[in-house]
Amino acid sequence: MSSNRVGREKPVGSNFELYSWYFFRISGIMLVFLAVIHVMVMHVFNTAFDIDYDFVAARWESPFWRMFDWLLLIMALTHGLNGARIAIDDYVQSAGWRVVGYSAILIALLIFGVMGTLAIVTFEPQ
Amino acid sequence: MVSSYRGYRAPQGMLSWALHRLTGLGVLLFLFLHIIDIFLVGYGPELFDELLFIYHHPAFVVGQLALIASVYYHAANGIRIIIVDFWSKGYKYESQLFYGAMAVFFLFFIPTAIIMLNALLNEL
Repeated sequence: MSSNRVGREKPVGSNFELYSWYFFRISGIMLVFLAVIHVMVMHVFNTAFDIDYDFVAARWESPFWRMFDWLLLIMALTHGLNGARIAIDDYVQSAGWRVVGYSAILIALLIFGVMGTLAIVTFEPQ
Repeated sequence: MVSSYRGYRAPQGMLSWALHRLTGLGVLLFLFLHIIDIFLVGYGPELFDELLFIYHHPAFVVGQLALIASVYYHAANGIRIIIVDFWSKGYKYESQLFYGAMAVFFLFFIPTAIIMLNALLNEL
């Protein structure tokens, strides 16, 4: 690769790092739409003061918004934790602490993925 | 020690990289909090509406501005990174692309911030 480029170089020699590189960009493009639309719906077209239990219940009446929110959850969590993984690679040198860091990422993926999915899928208005 | 940095101007690539990482990790931290609060919505309106005072506190609204600035910056700079990665001539326009990303950021953030601060002032 030429020294002219600025971004993280496209990885060679490891399929996992190559897929991770592509995944960052594909999920990133999706998140540009998902996250920015989410922010605008909540803070531009509505305000933080309009949001309460009834607001969430009305929104999740629609399967479209449940699907939208679930996609946002999964993309944000995997894109963000993949970023945390790269940060660990950059800053944590000791092998032992890297294992701790990678484990924390996998546990966070599992716990927050399950919590978020349960919240969206099992919600029934009271 | 700080004084030795006086007059130092970080190169664009370094500045945008540092901001990209900082905003990315910041948004990830908020995402954890956000998943916990939306998980609690399943426990009914009393608990959830009770907890929303956090989001309505003026200090938190300022925090939300920082959060949304982070999301917008990360999105605009992320698009710039993808353009440089996949457009063979992208590296020749690095400076223009950086200023373009910053322009997109301000174009979205300024109206959003005005609307959010207005909503806060109306509630106070």
